[in-house]
Amino acid sequence: MSGQSLFARLEPLLPRVRRPVQYVGGEGNSIVKPWDAAAVRWALMYPDAYEVGLPNQGLQILYEILNEQPDVLAERTYSVWPDLEALLREHGLPQFTVDGHRPVGDFDVLGVSFSTELGYTNMLTALDLAGIPLYAERRGESAPLVVAGGHAAFNPEPIARFVDAVVLGDGEQAVLGITDVIRAWKAAGAPGGRTELLARLARRRLVYVPAFYDVAYRPDGRIQAVTANRDDIPARPTKHTLSDLDSWPYPKAPLVPLAETVHERMSVEIFRGCTRGCRFCQAGMITRPVRERNIETIGAMVEAGLRATGFNEVGLLSLSSADHTEIGEIATGLADRYDGGNVSLSLPSTRVDAFNVTLANEFSRNGRRSGLTFAPEGGSERLRKVINKMVSAEDLVRTVSTAYAHGWRQVKLYFMCGLPTETDQDVLEIADLAREVIRAGRRASGHRDIRCTVSIGGFVPKPHTPFQWVGQASHEVTDARLKLLRDTVRADKEIARAVGFRYHDGRPGIIEGLLARGDRRVGAVIERVWREGGRFDGWNEHFSFGRWESACAAELEPLGVSLDWFTTRERDEREVLAWDHLDAGLDRDWLWADWQEALRETELDDCRWTPCYDCGVCPTMGTDTQIGPTGRSLLPVVGVSAGSPVVTGPVAAEAAEAGAGAGPAGDLRLDPAAVGSGTPA
Amino acid sequence: MARRPEGPPPPPVVQRVRLRFAKRGRLRFLSHRDVARTFERGLRRAAVPMAYSAGFSPHPRISWVGAAPTGAASEAEYVELALAATVEPARLQAALDAALPPGLDVVGAVEAEGAGLAERIDASRWVVRLPGVAEPELRGAVAELLSRDVVEVERATKDGRRRFDVRAAMVLAVCRAGNDTCAILEMVVRHTTPAVRPDDVLTALGVVAGLRPSVPPEPTRLEQGRLREDRTLADPLAPDRNDAGRLAGRSSA
Ligand code: SF4
Repeated sequence: MSGQSLFARLEPLLPRVRRPVQYVGGEGNSIVKPWDAAAVRWALMYPDAYEVGLPNQGLQILYEILNEQPDVLAERTYSVWPDLEALLREHGLPQFTVDGHRPVGDFDVLGVSFSTELGYTNMLTALDLAGIPLYAERRGESAPLVVAGGHAAFNPEPIARFVDAVVLGDGEQAVLGITDVIRAWKAAGAPGGRTELLARLARRRLVYVPAFYDVAYRPDGRIQAVTANRDDIPARPTKHTLSDLDSWPYPKAPLVPLAETVHERMSVEIFRGCTRGCRFCQAGMITRPVRERNIETIGAMVEAGLRATGFNEVGLLSLSSADHTEIGEIATGLADRYDGGNVSLSLPSTRVDAFNVTLANEFSRNGRRSGLTFAPEGGSERLRKVINKMVSAEDLVRTVSTAYAHGWRQVKLYFMCGLPTETDQDVLEIADLAREVIRAGRRASGHRDIRCTVSIGGFVPKPHTPFQWVGQASHEVTDARLKLLRDTVRADKEIARAVGFRYHDGRPGIIEGLLARGDRRVGAVIERVWREGGRFDGWNEHFSFGRWESACAAELEPLGVSLDWFTTRERDEREVLAWDHLDAGLDRDWLWADWQEALRETELDDCRWTPCYDCGVCPTMGTDTQIGPTGRSLLPVVGVSAGSPVVTGPVAAEAAEAGAGAGPAGDLRLDPAAVGSGTPA
Repeated sequence: MARRPEGPPPPPVVQRVRLRFAKRGRLRFLSHRDVARTFERGLRRAAVPMAYSAGFSPHPRISWVGAAPTGAASEAEYVELALAATVEPARLQAALDAALPPGLDVVGAVEAEGAGLAERIDASRWVVRLPGVAEPELRGAVAELLSRDVVEVERATKDGRRRFDVRAAMVLAVCRAGNDTCAILEMVVRHTTPAVRPDDVLTALGVVAGLRPSVPPEPTRLEQGRLREDRTLADPLAPDRNDAGRLAGRSSA
């Protein structure tokens, strides 16, 4: 019988693995629905360790939306570590979901969400453990439909052979549309089998089905053309764009893990998209246009989420949170609402300006002011013009002075290395900036004990950005520049002890670059690396550059291409890129023009505050920028008091009745919802 | 210049409540840190008026007593909460139990009286299921262990790798047959430093008699308390419970 729990067979293995709690499920607000009552069943996977995957917002949103459908069941699955993988193989157990501990192979759909390309090998482990054939074309009628999504899926070509379909863009409506098609197809007795189901999904513009498109190559290895091999599907599949975030306030009841995870807090997404136009930023390009949630929805989501979870920290997420048109009111309103209430608020924003410091001050009224992060991204003014990060050295000095003057003790500066047109000199200017920052900090704070951390990431060119054509800097070049920078800082007595350095070696970035801009030929590399033991490539201790290099040599070089060909080679305007047939809304000519502007070191303003510059997204997708201010306000919350964060439940009410009213916990009201929002079983 | 939190100091503690809770089923895989985190979130969801510590990152004032190890179930874990408002322990128990995931179950609550909880606990009673082990084999190994004066084992503790005696902590060990493929060991173990855990006893049985179960054993703590002369354990919450009815008197005052 399908869908049966494997827990009884799994349990004896758990004492033998590291941190078994990550495999037991039972998280707050998790859901286990009866198998037989469901018409469509989804297994949702985040292809990394549980501690990373559980907090993922995308997966939590889809999990909740799907489970809200009366006849749909959705469960979650994460990558198992090699210790459990070995035991599962030894005992003949498959990849399982953590909710009902059911075999992943029994579901109708396996949805895999990729935030990063380095999760590809982990998907292969899961497919193999689940007993699902690796190649889509070998899958029988009973195998789940393997559907990829997430940012990395905007160029799914390297994994084209392993997935049945790909969702581009926002998943909320897409998963419901896919569910409708599957439900109807199953109810009709699965006419035409798997191929017909995929065709229906493609015709409805819900997904991209790689098997329905053929790739032809030129003798020099470049792509000749990518063409649809059926005439009933779109030539260019398009991304999904959710247009009214206020009508989709998910997750309403975020998952509360039992195990420790990388983000021990609740998140509320305050807007989606970003039009600052940083040329290196794929997320900013593929999630356009900007769509804000309004202050009222945000306030309600924060409060409902706190009540449903018991978390004491809330992060207001987006690509650049200080840019929300109502952020000032949101910050003050939430800080007032939870003042003295042991709830802390955080705003991931790295914008270099004084207003950002003001916001951070609001959010830390009574909290510790440990560190603030700012991201100039490029070391020199020239380079910042190339990448369209409009920050001057004076802006930075003014901003950090404000921060140090307000009691912030540490400033972290984030940069990238290996950016297009970069020279040694551009990178060495990071040292000059660090020196300015330390001096400013000493002036502003009045003492010498000031610290600044310089954190540097390697730049990886990504599809659907103005930098999609550039040659990636080799890891040798990146590593040499970083060494030069470090030696320069160390030799500078004035700042050597005040500046800390964080950077990684450039080699994982090269593999990320291969997977990001690879085409279908790279699939064989992924498979070979996986067969040779590649797992958890996002983790330093598991990543092996040598394994990837030799797999590239074996699989690519016979075809006349190579690791370098995919990474460090610059493309010209006319070259067909592996993802050109996938429509992220961005006009290719605009992307090319913006790349040329970059070479001319010309900046481009944000279309939220200046006229539209025709990147193409709004007309193509039939969407508009949706920003405030809306004139709405943060609605007052009933029954929140000082003393304790959500002191509104029956127990507190008891206390109030019992006459403890003199203390700050006195003004309490009964609100059974605070307790009743337990685990829906 | 160091910043200080503004505003009044946190409200004082007006009541202490002691809880007995169970860690059951798949939640036996929770570590102590996992339990503590889950409890803090449950307390907030249940809106329990906790007292908080002062400072930039105030913590709810919760005192834990010796936690069952990761992988061990328990029917008898104890914790003490400091509250900023008085509550009826039974109401707190019900509200918190509803806010905790099934498997972390609050099974008793009393208002604290007198001596600290830790002083009322010096031993545990455990039952260990050993699937795949025959009862005579277990009985022989246990007899061998009890016949020794000292049996040392080694384990990684938070203070590094340590070697310590298991035998001296063993107060009582009884073997039973569960069914043909499962033996059951029931034992009373004194709390020593480092604490002798069921897996240490099993390691010791391996050392003295070569007992090495092929399937991981399943330990459950049944009781904690002060060891009596007759080798039974005194309920650590009994002295508080004897004071029942006091709360009503106080809150009407
Ligand atoms: S189409 Fe115009 S308004 Fe819309 S995101 Fe692009 S530049 Fe901005």
